[in-house]
Formats: sequence, structure tokens, C-alpha cells
Amino acid sequence: MRISSHPILKFNRDKELSFIFDGRKLVGYEGETIAAALHANNIKVLGHSSVKHRPRGFYCAIGNCTSCNMIVNDEPNVRTCITLLEDGMVVKTQSNKGELK
Amino acid sequence: MKHYDVVVVGAGPAGMACAINATKHGLTVLLVERDDFLGGQLIKQTHMFFGSEKQYAKTRGIDIATILKKELLKQDHVDIMLDTSALAIYDDKVITLLNHHDYIKVKANAIVVATGASEKVLAFPNNDLPGIYGAGAVQTLMNVHGVKPGKSVVMVGAGNIGLIVSYQLLQAGVDVKAVVEASDSIGGYLVHAQKLRRLGVPILTNHSVKEAHGATALEELIIWKLDENFSGIAGTEKRIETDTCCLSVGLKPSSEMLRQAGAEMTYVRSLGGYVPYINQNHETTVNNLFVCGDVSGIEEASSAMVEGFIVGLTLANRFKNVPNFSVLMTDLKTQLKDLRAGETGEHIMKGIKQIMRGDHHA
Amino acid sequence: MLKKTGYQEKEIVKKEFPPLKHLKKGPKAFIECYQKIPCNPCTTSCPHDAITIKGDIINRPKLDLAKCVGCGICVYNCPGLAIMVVGQADNPDYKTFDIPYEFYPLPNKGDRVLGLNRKGEELGMFTVLRVLNNKRQDKTALVRVKVPNEFLYDFATIKVGEDNE
Repeated sequence: MRISSHPILKFNRDKELSFIFDGRKLVGYEGETIAAALHANNIKVLGHSSVKHRPRGFYCAIGNCTSCNMIVNDEPNVRTCITLLEDGMVVKTQSNKGELK
Repeated sequence: MKHYDVVVVGAGPAGMACAINATKHGLTVLLVERDDFLGGQLIKQTHMFFGSEKQYAKTRGIDIATILKKELLKQDHVDIMLDTSALAIYDDKVITLLNHHDYIKVKANAIVVATGASEKVLAFPNNDLPGIYGAGAVQTLMNVHGVKPGKSVVMVGAGNIGLIVSYQLLQAGVDVKAVVEASDSIGGYLVHAQKLRRLGVPILTNHSVKEAHGATALEELIIWKLDENFSGIAGTEKRIETDTCCLSVGLKPSSEMLRQAGAEMTYVRSLGGYVPYINQNHETTVNNLFVCGDVSGIEEASSAMVEGFIVGLTLANRFKNVPNFSVLMTDLKTQLKDLRAGETGEHIMKGIKQIMRGDHHA
Repeated sequence: MLKKTGYQEKEIVKKEFPPLKHLKKGPKAFIECYQKIPCNPCTTSCPHDAITIKGDIINRPKLDLAKCVGCGICVYNCPGLAIMVVGQADNPDYKTFDIPYEFYPLPNKGDRVLGLNRKGEELGMFTVLRVLNNKRQDKTALVRVKVPNEFLYDFATIKVGEDNE
């Protein structure tokens, strides 16, 4: 799902990062958001709605709509579309309103 | 508490232009941006801009962001806070900010809200399936992060954003199956439509989405023809297999902060939603609370930038004397008038008339 | 109708096309900017003052065929990618088209590529004569394609890819 060559843009993929998504080890690149890294790994379902449990993906990708909320390093309601990926991050799909421990 | 002449909220084209002009003429400025970069939505605009040389016509949006950034970083009296959300504006022009987990209070003589806009959604069954995204969102995904949204896309909306993002999807190697437009004609610039059409992308006017299907993510879209009342015509349904659908059905000003600050607001359809009443200087009904860019009415990035320059210059002249103020201002107002000429401009001008008040601070 | 479909009708293309008698004198630009929009880089980029916009910036550009030398500078400066340059080919049965091209990969000189009309319909395989993509062009390449005369008013762009020979 990554663009390899582009007529206008060059993408910097110098530094590889690994992270855990729902127990799976995945790879992304420094500078990309969590949601982008997941999408590049063909993962579109980022969580489920809290009442009807419908699958949720991102919608706006600029931090407005909260449709991309996930649990990141045990913190719920993280807007993954604007949060940059870090090495070793543990990312989980969120299916409730989120609980702070 | 730190004190600035001007605090600008939002570092897109409008906010950056405003900060540049205010600080260039001697004001102290704090520019606050919730993202970790300057440029706002310019950073994903890979196409050449329209307008004239003064608004960097024929330069790609991404490069205009770089030009504005360079100009801004040259200035001595501007502080920039990235990763910082503005929370609230108080009567005494104190503005509260959140930088990661730090809560900060700042005082200003004037505050400029340049918070831009957000994408609207279209209502149809299963419109919440993953794979159905805002067109701008997909533009961010592919042009900022280099990730394709899927194998194929159906674009809903033939305004400029819908047409431009469709072309950029083709450039990223994604198949654009159709552009679907509810009205009876293409709303965006026809040159953008021509670019798509000659590459074989059908543009279906008088069409919309009936429903979407998919188990956990989008798999197929049912589109249908609309009658003159924008109701779907039974029997005209067409099934399109696709894993992505982009909604480009308009933007809505992100104007919540203005309402919180007490600015009088009104709903103006042609400007995209709730917008503040303003005067010629883009000042709201709250003294020394200004707006520029999409937050006061959806337009192009070029006009947002010119509005930013206008507000920056207005503030500079209010708090310090700008010697050649009227020459500079006349030039900027002429630029804005030129950008608003033509069909689309007329539509916007009608909306602006509804919110323009001559003298609410007289 | 252009505003409904996104493509211009052939009858109108024929009317707007540079007259053949001018093409005999040299290559000429063909500007397909049919709508009043606030935009003027075609006029400001032309080194021969051949393109003018009278009055307001939204007026449609006019080409002075006598001044135009077909250099192609306007082609990559037009934000709408709405200009091409038409010229005589070495063979009288063909014309050359210089078109703006912003896709990856670029074709190479000598490649046979798929020609498309304004609706995106396939016209056949045509030869690429030249590809320019220098720094000044800012990533909008200029591709020269040899097109049979019969498609003079049809040819709009090319597709490079799996369909190529």
C-alpha cells in the first residue's frame, strides 16, 4: 500500500520502526503517523464503536473527528491520525469509551 | 504570564501570512499550531496553484508552504509553538494553550483565529465503514505519508478538492473508478475536470451514493441517479466494486472557538457553516478578535493567505504606525477582489455580504 | 457539454484549434481554457508576449498566433495543464503534440505509447519523439508525441504503462 515512485514527491523512509498492533509485530517508518503506518500494513479497522460495535477507521486524518482513536501504550483515545509512530509502541484497537488506569 | 501584541491560532496559509505581516511591521507575535509542522493543509497540495504571481500562482502548494515558512523564520519578533492546541479565549484577551500535558496562559492585545475548516460527511447507509474517508484525509495519507488508501477509489463530489484529489490519486497509482456529483454540473474548475476525463475517469453528474456494503471495511458502493429534487431514482442503481470511497462534499469552518469567545455568529450556506460577523478589517464583533482564512468562510488557500496578510497589516497599523499602509492595503484588497472574480467568487461574495457589517465597533 | 461531462466537444475543439495555415509557419500553442477563472501564469510566463488576458484576471487568455513560436514554456506553467503545442512532423501525414505529463514513469524517446482523446478513449499507439523534464519545469514534463493527422482534433494525452509495446 506504499507509493514506491511518485512524479512530484519523494518520501523519506530512512529509519524503520517496529511496533506492536494487537499482538502482531509490524514495521513502519519514522515521520509517519500511527494510522498511516497501520494503513500501509493494510489495516483499516482501528477500533469499534462503543455501543453498536461497528468497525471504525480514520475519517479526517487531521485530528478533527476522533474516528481513529486507539489505545497507545495503555493510553486510550489517542488520535492515531496525528500521533507519530515511535519505535516499540504498543497499539491496540479500542472498542469502548476508554478507561484511564 | 507572557504578553504579546498578537496571538495567532493556526499556522496554515492564513495564520502564517498574518504572523508574517504583523511581525514584519514591528509587532510581537505568538503563532500557535496544534500540529507539529507549519503550513496547515498546504503541505499536501502537490498541484500548481491558480491566481497571479503575487499569490505564488503556478507554484505547487507544498512549495508555497516552504516559501511562507522561510519568510516567517526570518522575522525577529515571532515565537512559534507547535504541538500546541488553543483551548479558550477570555474577555481580557487571555488565551489558554495546551502543549502536550502543559497548560499555559498567554495574554495578547489582539487574537487572530485562523483555525481553518474540517471536512463534511454525506449521509447514506454504512457511511461509517472503514475505507470511506474524507478526500482531504486521503490526500494527507498519500501525499504526506506516501501510503495509498486502497486499490481503487470512487470520489464523491466534483468540486475542486474532489477533482484535484482524484488526479493526485491517479498520480499515486490508484485507479479512480468514477467521480460522482449530485448537482447537474461540475463545481470545480473545468481544467481540473478535463485533466481527469482525458485519462478516462468518468464524471457522473446528477448521481450520488445510495449505500455502501462491506463486512469490516468497504467492498462495494451502490450509486444511483438523482432527480431534480436530489432524490435517488429507483431502478438506476449501479454497483461499483471498490475498497475506497472519498467524500468531497464540502468543508465546514472550524469556528467553535469564536463562538466560545463571544463573537456573534450566523449560518451562511455559501460560506460552509457558522461564521462570525466581521467588518472590513476582518474583526469580529468582539473588539480585537480577528479572523482570516477558511474559518470565516470556505475559499481557496490563495485567498486565505491574502486575508492573512490583510489582518496582519491591519493589526500592525492599529498598534504601530505603518508608513505606507494605504498603498499596501489597497494592493492586498485588489488581490482579494481579483481572486473572488468569476462564478465561484460571486457565490462567495454573496455569503460575505451576509456577514459584513460596516461599523460594529464604531 | 463540458460543464456536465468534463470534456470539450470536437466541434468546439475544431473551432478553437490553431488554423492549419499558421501551423505551416511553425508550432503553435493551443490553449484549452474555456472557463473564466482567476489565473494568469500563461501570460506572465510567455517570453514572446503572445498570450494576453484583457482586463480582469478572470478573462480567458488570448493567443497571438503571429507571436507564438511554440516554445512550450506556457505548457508546463499552466496550473490547469490546459495547454499543448501543435507542430508539423517530418512526415506530412502526422503532427507533433507537446503535452504536459505528470506521471511516473516518464516515457522515453522512441517509446510507443497509448494515445487518448478528450474522453479518455483509446486512439492507438503513437511514438514519443522527445521528453523534456528540466529543473525549470518543476516536475511537469513536456512529452512530444507523433500523432496521425486523422486524430488532430481528438488527441489529448497519453498513457504510459502495461499497454505499451
